[in-house]
Amino acid sequence: MSLLSHKHMLGLRDYSEQDITIILDTAERMREILDRPVKKVPTLRGVTVVNLFFESSTRTRTSFELAEKRLSADTLNFSASGSAVEKGETLLDTARNIEAMRIDVVVMRHKSPGSPHFLARHLDSIIVNAGDGRHEHPTQALLDMLTLREKFGTLKGLRVCLVGDILHSRVAMSNIVGLKTMGANVVLCGPATLIPRGIERFGVEITHSLDDAIQHCDALNILRIQLERQQSGLFPSLREYQKYFGLTRERLDKAPNPLTVLHPGPINRGVEITSDVADGEHSVILRQVTNGVAVRMAVLYLLAGGRAEPESK
Amino acid sequence: MKSSSMNPKYASIDHPAPARSIYFEGARLIDPRSGIDQAAGLLIRDGLISVNPQQIPEGTDRFDLRGHWITPGWFDLHVHLREPGREVAETIVSGCHAAMAGGFTGVACMPNTDPPLDNAGLVGWVRDQAKGLPIDVHVIAAATRERKGKELVDMSELVEAGVRAFTDDGSPIRSSAVLRHAMEYANMLGARIFEHAEDSELVQGGAMNESEWSTSLGLPGMPAIGETIDVVRCILISEYTGAAIHLCHVSTKESVHWIREAKRRGIRVTAEVCPHHLLLNDSACKEFDTNFKMNPPLRAEADRLACIEGFRDGTLDVYCTDHAPHPWESKAQEFDVAPFGVVGLETAMGIALTHFVPTMMDLNTLLERVVYAPRAILAQPVPSLVSGAPANLTLIDPDATMTVDPATFRSRSRNTAFAGWPLKGKAMGVVNRGLAYIA
Repeated sequence: MSLLSHKHMLGLRDYSEQDITIILDTAERMREILDRPVKKVPTLRGVTVVNLFFESSTRTRTSFELAEKRLSADTLNFSASGSAVEKGETLLDTARNIEAMRIDVVVMRHKSPGSPHFLARHLDSIIVNAGDGRHEHPTQALLDMLTLREKFGTLKGLRVCLVGDILHSRVAMSNIVGLKTMGANVVLCGPATLIPRGIERFGVEITHSLDDAIQHCDALNILRIQLERQQSGLFPSLREYQKYFGLTRERLDKAPNPLTVLHPGPINRGVEITSDVADGEHSVILRQVTNGVAVRMAVLYLLAGGRAEPESK
Repeated sequence: MKSSSMNPKYASIDHPAPARSIYFEGARLIDPRSGIDQAAGLLIRDGLISVNPQQIPEGTDRFDLRGHWITPGWFDLHVHLREPGREVAETIVSGCHAAMAGGFTGVACMPNTDPPLDNAGLVGWVRDQAKGLPIDVHVIAAATRERKGKELVDMSELVEAGVRAFTDDGSPIRSSAVLRHAMEYANMLGARIFEHAEDSELVQGGAMNESEWSTSLGLPGMPAIGETIDVVRCILISEYTGAAIHLCHVSTKESVHWIREAKRRGIRVTAEVCPHHLLLNDSACKEFDTNFKMNPPLRAEADRLACIEGFRDGTLDVYCTDHAPHPWESKAQEFDVAPFGVVGLETAMGIALTHFVPTMMDLNTLLERVVYAPRAILAQPVPSLVSGAPANLTLIDPDATMTVDPATFRSRSRNTAFAGWPLKGKAMGVVNRGLAYIA
């Protein structure tokens, strides 16, 4: 039985402050496991997890797979390329076939928003959303929050600015929902064409000036700019984007207090962030990656691991 | 309903019986255009009505309809029968059975079939399929060849074949020049253009209404102005040319506003509204259930309320279903991939009698929207309950209760937005074309 109030991790929209706190606290303990010489516990022994990735992903998929292995789960990887999906098989049929193999947990990445919800309606397995289109990417937001909490001690009252393509970002939506639930203030910064309609209803502030945002925030979470957005007319040129919304050392140095810089990756160096910032002292980007494994271990443990405590140090 | 000489042949929807001689006793006859609202006996003999007849011929099938209503036959101005091309979703016959079960005696079917209904041969073929059923099937022919929006169809020939309206429904006519010419040419023939009002580029790729809900769900949005811009374009062209235009499935507050304003100025515009846009808003999509995916999409609450007001005051002339069948496997997909559309023929009456009459409008006003206005738009004769008139009527049990169960639908498809809804008021049968179906 799950320690959380939900069977699945479909998104952070329905997760309470208590649920998120449990996940972050558990992730801190999981992170300790990662620092041990033998980085493996038997917590999910006998549990079978399939990583069902319909979209290519290096970072998230590797992170989940590593988390599963650290917890001793049996893992199975599935990718759309070269699969029956390319032969026209539906998502439902694919999922049913996989479930017929007696899978316990499905970690799913898919380009369609709501596809994990769709699976949850049709399968008995535990579903973990590893990114559904532009909807949500809950474990990414959780690892961002873990990283911020580690840095600042608390999320309450923190001012976090998400910068860039909010419209197409699943990372943004999960961050907005999660951070607001945890009592943080959220500022969105980007070109008007990349700010989705009605987003102000989520209690966020909106600015189109990164320089302004830098003056008033504690942390910047820089989102990746997908280069094809320029072709679809959402902004005039990468050069203009970089000039007005790119995070540079010069811009960062104008902050009244030291800012923490996050980025979910992969980075377009020189576009949304320059290398000296991405690799500089304010950056916690690599810490995010480490925390990602810990968060995913925590989520899998809490959803599929029953009430047993993870092995302590 | 009790039959004093119960005749099982009327109970089979698949085999409607010849209505040579039937007597309905004690029903409330309601025909506001003829000024009729009374409890009376109604005899149908050789397809003609006789109210409170002096004699009832021997061998007449008698039905006790006390507590029931009889109205002129209901008409659905906007349905998709899918045939030819997508018979797995619906056929003309299965769609007509759904219409009969829903209490309709006539439907207008849209031409976005495969191939599209853009020539007189296909139009005649469609009509032939419904022979032997008490359903008038009016074909709204394609406005442009293959619905490609480039060249007008042979409108004169199609009008000669009985067509009274043209549309590229499913898509708008994107070129304003083509739309203008289609309207002018149809107007010359006494026909009119139906427009699926949409700016294709503004709504391209969208899966639901653009709002805080689409943002929350991460689904690509279809902005309300994507519809309203085309509504305004149609109104302007109608005013400029003097040709009539009919706007399909109106869903936005601003569309209602501009249609009301156009009517006030005397522009020849008519419009229709669907039950789902009157009863649901875009929050219904929150669980990614594709039974709430339609085009135009479910809009914001303010749009819904404006549609209700427009429906009530007659800005929106017609109540129709946009009956859009899809097989379950098409809808059992990811929300952004699944096709648009919901069925509606078998729930429209229950929805109307439960939710609109009498709280929103009286029954006479509803009949205006579902009996008279749709036929006027198609220049069809209006049925009446006057003695001597052809029997074209709908039998209603206003007190029957039901829970919407898609498994019982006569349609080949089950994609309803109203599954599980409790409804009060149900069609008990139809009589038309010398045929009767009585449940």
